[in-house]
Amino acid sequence: MKATNEDLVHAIVSLNNIKKSFNDIVAVNDVSVQIREGEFFSLLGPSGCGKTTLLRIIAGFESPETGDILINDKLVNSTPPNIRPTNMVFQNYAIFPHLNVQENVGYGLQNTKLTSKSIKNKVDEILDMVGLGGFNFRSSSALSGGQKQRVALARALILKPRVLLLDEPLSALDKNLREQMQFELRQLQKSIGITFILVTHDQTEALTMSDRIGVMFDGIVDQVATPEDIYTKPATKRVASFIGNMNFFRSNILSSTAESVRVESDLLGVLDIDKVNIFGGSKAKVSIGIRPEKFKFKKPNGGKKVKSLAGKLIQKTFLGENLLFSLDVGKKANKVYISLTPSGEGAYPKVGENVTVYYSLNDLLAYFEV
Amino acid sequence: MNFSDQDKKGWRLLGLPFIFSVLLLAVPLATMFALSFWTQDYLVLKKTFTLANYKEAWFEPVYQKLFNRSLIISMTVTFLTISFAFPVAYFISFYGGRRKALWLFFITIPFWTSYLLRMFLWKVILGYNGVLNSFFKWLGIITEPLTFLLYNSNAVIIALTHGWAPFAILPIFVSLEKIDRSLLEASKDLGDSSFQQFFRIILPLSIPGLIGATLIIFIPTIGDYITPKLVGGPDGLMIANMIQVQFSKANNAPLSAALSVSSLLIVGLISIIFVFLNKKHLRTF
Repeated sequence: MKATNEDLVHAIVSLNNIKKSFNDIVAVNDVSVQIREGEFFSLLGPSGCGKTTLLRIIAGFESPETGDILINDKLVNSTPPNIRPTNMVFQNYAIFPHLNVQENVGYGLQNTKLTSKSIKNKVDEILDMVGLGGFNFRSSSALSGGQKQRVALARALILKPRVLLLDEPLSALDKNLREQMQFELRQLQKSIGITFILVTHDQTEALTMSDRIGVMFDGIVDQVATPEDIYTKPATKRVASFIGNMNFFRSNILSSTAESVRVESDLLGVLDIDKVNIFGGSKAKVSIGIRPEKFKFKKPNGGKKVKSLAGKLIQKTFLGENLLFSLDVGKKANKVYISLTPSGEGAYPKVGENVTVYYSLNDLLAYFEV
Repeated sequence: MNFSDQDKKGWRLLGLPFIFSVLLLAVPLATMFALSFWTQDYLVLKKTFTLANYKEAWFEPVYQKLFNRSLIISMTVTFLTISFAFPVAYFISFYGGRRKALWLFFITIPFWTSYLLRMFLWKVILGYNGVLNSFFKWLGIITEPLTFLLYNSNAVIIALTHGWAPFAILPIFVSLEKIDRSLLEASKDLGDSSFQQFFRIILPLSIPGLIGATLIIFIPTIGDYITPKLVGGPDGLMIANMIQVQFSKANNAPLSAALSVSSLLIVGLISIIFVFLNKKHLRTF
């Protein structure tokens, strides 16, 4: 990843060429990421992509084979976790079973020179903040999943870390509670201003909560960008297919000019694609990607930029917030997905009909085949 | 009474173990209990109720002395065994890696031979011309063999501590294994040094195993009979040896029974108090 001007904002955590492998399996492969002070940063990726390993390297539970890690401009490669200015919310919360809520939350403060009275006050304060006021003497075995999560959060935040690390903290909660906690975590982060680094495999979680997201695959960070950019301008084909849905069309390059590249695809025909929408190196083959919601059944205004695609509607799936259509376009058994926001009955075609869908050249993204 | 099919099935299932328990546990215990209130004249039992046996068992200095010695030896053995077992269990659990099972297997190897043989071997090791004395002589540390090694309470303590080691290692190992490793990471993350972590997390969470180990060792060792007989000499005899002597040689089964019941009461009482004192650590995590 090249340094840009934006990266010059003070980096609280600086990962430089970090590499880590376990028994010949490379978990983190030459990762360099700068995490800015005060931001909500998410590491997003499928299971086994190395995001948790990267988080544990920041926390100090794993040490990188090569590369440097700086926290607040200090090299911490060999600093043990108990000395680092980071605290972690563990995936299973790791609530101490032999201690009650008060003792769990005040655990880290017991190692400081604070009096038990001021520890008690701080615990009360932080429990109020996470919405567990008065739970002090509740046994840790009598807590629900959501409450345990709040205790784990309070226990980490009470030490006022420079960076709070969250390892899939919401994955064990049910959907409604998870959405509520997403909102609360975001609010909390903005109000206290501590840098949060969240590890998640849930793209919705990452997209809704983060200031910036780092998308990881196979130990490599493919893209670090804002949620909007990740969605609208995914930098690699695997980011494009991991975040949201994407229809891909294999194409060959015919010619290229300063602004655009002319490509030919079996299904889409000959198209000129803007260079800003093309990612990767220069090979002979590209994959053209288009989001399902970019297809329209009605021809939009847009002149020459608007193209069309004909096919037979073979399936309609109601997903709540949207409707997903599958279009059989005949050749090579390729299915094209089209997504619509439901707007009353009869506004869209029926299954079995032959339809024409429209899209704009501006909505196409293209990735060179590796 | 009407039994449903399920009841009948239950009774059939429980029947055999129930008969087994009654015959092998309840009947002998009841017999011993009854016997302790009778008297014996040579080979004739007199079945009139008397508390004389208990009076003798509790107030004669020789029995008091034996009870005290048994308690002290057994408590010392328990303490020493657990002190040695904890580091071993700790090592296997935290540093055993993939070889945990192999380490546990190694620990059990000495226990493939009989208990009697293992206790007897201590005679060979601690004896006048034994392994230890010969070794010290060869080293030139001593010229005359040490005599305090064998035939006293120390020898009993050494032999029992060795003999019961795996019974302490295994329950402690299990309780250490049950500690969620993420708790250890959490404590480190919250600022604990390794030392603080041990006393704040590992030790408190291994208490169920420690309690188990304590009871498993304390209860049987207080009544151990072979070890004091083999390596104890006259100063290392324990209450079980006296029970045996009263029963067989002195032909006084009722007194022997009274001593047994008393011993049972003492062990039971101490164990109950011990468990009660540690009640809060035994709640299920």
